[in-house]
Formats: sequence, C-alpha cells, structure tokens
Amino acid sequence: MSSAFPLNRFALALLLAPLAAGAQLRVQDASVLAGTCVNCHGPEGRSTGAIPSLRGHTAGYLLQRLRAFRAGQAPDATVMTRLMKGYDDAQVEALAQWFADQEGR
Amino acid sequence: MSCTRRTVLASALALPAFVHARAEAAHVVVVGGGFGGATAARYLCLRAPGVRVTLVEPAERFHTCPFSNLYLAGLRTWDSIGHGYAGLRAAGVEVVHARAEDVNTAARTLRLSSGQTLRWDRLVLSPGVDMRWNALEGYDEAAAKRAPHAWKAGPQTLLLRRQLEAMPDGGRFVMAIPDNPFRCPPGPYERAAMVAHYLKRHKPRSKVLLLDAKDSFSKQALFQQGWKALYGDMIEWVKQSDDGQVLRVDAARLEVETAFGTRHKADVLNVIPPQKAGFIAERAGVTDASGWVPVKAESFESRRVAGIYALGDATIAAPIPKSGFAANTQGKVAAAAIAADLLGQTAPTASYANTCYSLIGPGYGISVAGVYRAEGGKLVEPAGSGGVSPLDGNADYRAAEARYGEAWYAAISADIWDR
Repeated sequence: MSSAFPLNRFALALLLAPLAAGAQLRVQDASVLAGTCVNCHGPEGRSTGAIPSLRGHTAGYLLQRLRAFRAGQAPDATVMTRLMKGYDDAQVEALAQWFADQEGR
Repeated sequence: MSCTRRTVLASALALPAFVHARAEAAHVVVVGGGFGGATAARYLCLRAPGVRVTLVEPAERFHTCPFSNLYLAGLRTWDSIGHGYAGLRAAGVEVVHARAEDVNTAARTLRLSSGQTLRWDRLVLSPGVDMRWNALEGYDEAAAKRAPHAWKAGPQTLLLRRQLEAMPDGGRFVMAIPDNPFRCPPGPYERAAMVAHYLKRHKPRSKVLLLDAKDSFSKQALFQQGWKALYGDMIEWVKQSDDGQVLRVDAARLEVETAFGTRHKADVLNVIPPQKAGFIAERAGVTDASGWVPVKAESFESRRVAGIYALGDATIAAPIPKSGFAANTQGKVAAAAIAADLLGQTAPTASYANTCYSLIGPGYGISVAGVYRAEGGKLVEPAGSGGVSPLDGNADYRAAEARYGEAWYAAISADIWDR
C-alpha cells in the first residue's frame, strides 16, 4: 500500500532528528508539541488552505516568527499571538527546529 | 495485520529488536472514529509501527459536528463534512464498522454488535457524548424525532435542515441550550448565527429565540456583537436568570416550558439536552457519578481502570473545552503515552491545545484559543496564554478568522482522515 510513506517519515523523524547542541527538549517532547501545529498548518506542516506552511523555512526564520507572535509584535497575526504565549523559550526553539528539520526528510 | 507490515524499515530502525518483539504482540483497540479516536489510531501507527491498531466505528462515513452548523446555513454541502476511513486503513489501521457494546476489563475484551469479540492490551475510548434522555421532562429519543437536538452530526442534522426549509416566513426557531458541561460550548451560539443567516436570506421575517440554562457563554461578547452586526434583532438570547432555563418539552406541540412556567411555542424546535459520556464508557466502568470520565492529566489514561484511555468530549478535562481540536491533541498525547508504555520508553511531556473558530456569517469569523499542560496531576493553562478574538477587531480580522476557520477544517480533516 502506498501510504507506508508517512509512517516511515514520522518514525524516522523521531529517530533521526538531530538533538541540536543546547536543545533542552527531547525529540519525543518536540514531536508532541508539533502535533498541535499541524491541526491548522496541515499534515507535516504542509498547508492545505489559507494558513501558511511550516515547511520550507529555516529554523531561524520560524523562531523569529514564533517569538514575534509571543511578544505581540506580529500585526497580521490572530490566534498565534494567544497560542504562543503558552510556550516557553525551550519549547519555541524546539518547535522551530522540528519543522526546519522536516525539510529533506 | 499490524502497522509494521509495510514499514519494516522504519520499525527496524526505530525499535531495538527485543522491544520490537514485545510490541508486535500488542493490540490497541480504539473505540470511536471521530476527532479523538481516529487521531489516536493514526498516531499510534505512526509512533509504534509494531503495534496492531484496530479502530471500531459504526459509520462508514463520519460526519463532523464542526461545520455542521454551516450545513444548516446552506454554506457547506453534507458531503463536504463527511469523511471515510480509507486513509486510516492505508496508514495501517484496521477499521471495523460495528458498534462497541460491552467491555470486560478483567478479560480485556471488547464485544461488538457484529458478534465479534476483540482482545486488547490497551483500550482507547473516544465515544463522544450521549444525550441524557428525560433530563428535560418529555424529551426522549422519540421526542428528538420531532424536536431534533442535532448535536450529533447525522440524521438529526439533516432533519433540522429539512424543518428549517419547511418553516414559514415569520416563523419562530426556538433553541433550548443546556448548562455546562456539554459538547462544543460555542456551538449553540454559532448555530443561532447560521440559522439566522439562512432565515435572513429566505425567511427574513422570522425570529431565533435562544433559551439558555446559563447566564453566560463562550465568546459571548463577540457573538452578541456579531449577531447584532449581521442580523439586527433577529436573534434573542434569554439567560437563565431571566427565565431562560427549559425544564419541560412537549415535542408534539413544539412547545417548551421554562423554570418559571413560561411556555414558548416554536415553528422549529431545537432541543440540546444535557449530555454524558458515550454509553461504552459507562460499560467500561470508567465514568464517575457525573456521567463523564475522569482521566490522568499527563496521558488521558482513565483514573479508574488501568490500561483504558479516554479522549475528547466524554472526559472531564476542564479547563480544556469539549472540542474536536482538543480531542485531536488528546489523541496525540495518548498515542505517544501508549506507544512509550508498550515500547518501554519514557512518555513524552503532555501538551494540549484548542483553537475553535465560529462563523457568524460569510467572511465574519471569531475564535477562542488555549494551551494546556499537565502540572501536579492537573490540567492547567500557562498564565497569560489563550483567549478570544479582540472585541475591537476590524473587518479584516473577522474576515481572516473566517478564512482560517475554513483552513483549519481542511487541515485537521487531512491530519485525521486524509481529507
């Protein structure tokens, strides 16, 4: 069956995601945090509609956006301003890294 | 068949051989193919490729409560809010279309309406809600055929739409709304707006009367602002302390009676009664005196029966609301916890969230969002996080949230059912 693909992707992501120097979260913890994001941004962070993709960005760019949401400095944002205030620095960094690492996998 | 058959590479890499052997024998049975259960089944396959996962769901096509109000408004087709299970099957989930009828916790078995009995190592119950028939005097299953609740998407929703279509211009749509807790706290108020949208276009002299057993509700100021902006005085909300609480229903006469004895006659009567966890939760012995399921904050495992997990609307999870989005995040946490348990690993740290959009009219959306974590055995919201759309949001903001609501529906449907 054709959809062995996503299984491989997720299991491999858990196995192979680099635990970047200084990362404070286990990759399993990051995977649970990231599970929430895809509910709006699309499976594996690939957009299915008007909400932008999380794929195809560097960790640096994602981190900058997530921090701007949390600081209330993203004038175009709606729910992201409210949601990001629920995550600490380490979680925000882990999320940015998680979606940056999805690319090429 | 286990999830692993077609993912030999992934599972061989992901799991040490000895753990793999143990995990492969494990069977997780999930009851309920909605937002909680279907998510848990899919993510169990993703996280524990060696585990056998069976999903038990009566419907071959699952229609969602989210966006069913848009169907009532004529803004979505019935087909567009229905989802099949081919995607889950392709992901390695065994899907059985039957009703779960009884649980034997000692033997760890589940009996199905088909006569089949499934043996489980872990059981996940995501049964949604059942109506408390006769909690409102006179409102039972037969009465619901005349005065639909339409609080489970299906024949009840179709019936309510047909009644709206048959309603005369100048008629009165009456909705009875229960006290907390109930499925989808903003749902009745979105429904009021969606019914008003339909009536404004087709039967503009009609009225919408909301009789509420509460004095306040989710996103209240935003709803009231939106109702006024789009529908003028068409929608009237009567709170509990103004005699809004319905106690009796006379479905044959399309009439309700409030706590103070006021009778309201309807042309279309929509009664949303008090609710409780779906029937199978009670059979499994995981409900408490409230009728809902107490769960552990860090995993959504039952507090009463080890090895059984419960998700979604059936659970006691406040401050997490009874929403599809929240059930999905609970499903992902439970899947991770079960996978870790079966594989002998440490469970990941739980993290839950909710984002709930309500549509007041085309191009006019509002939202509530929240983030939740487990702390000392309790579910808590980080200070300063979450909340509702700004009351002073401009038209662009409301339009963006209407678009994002549509996009959310597409994304979460793809995450769970593939489309």
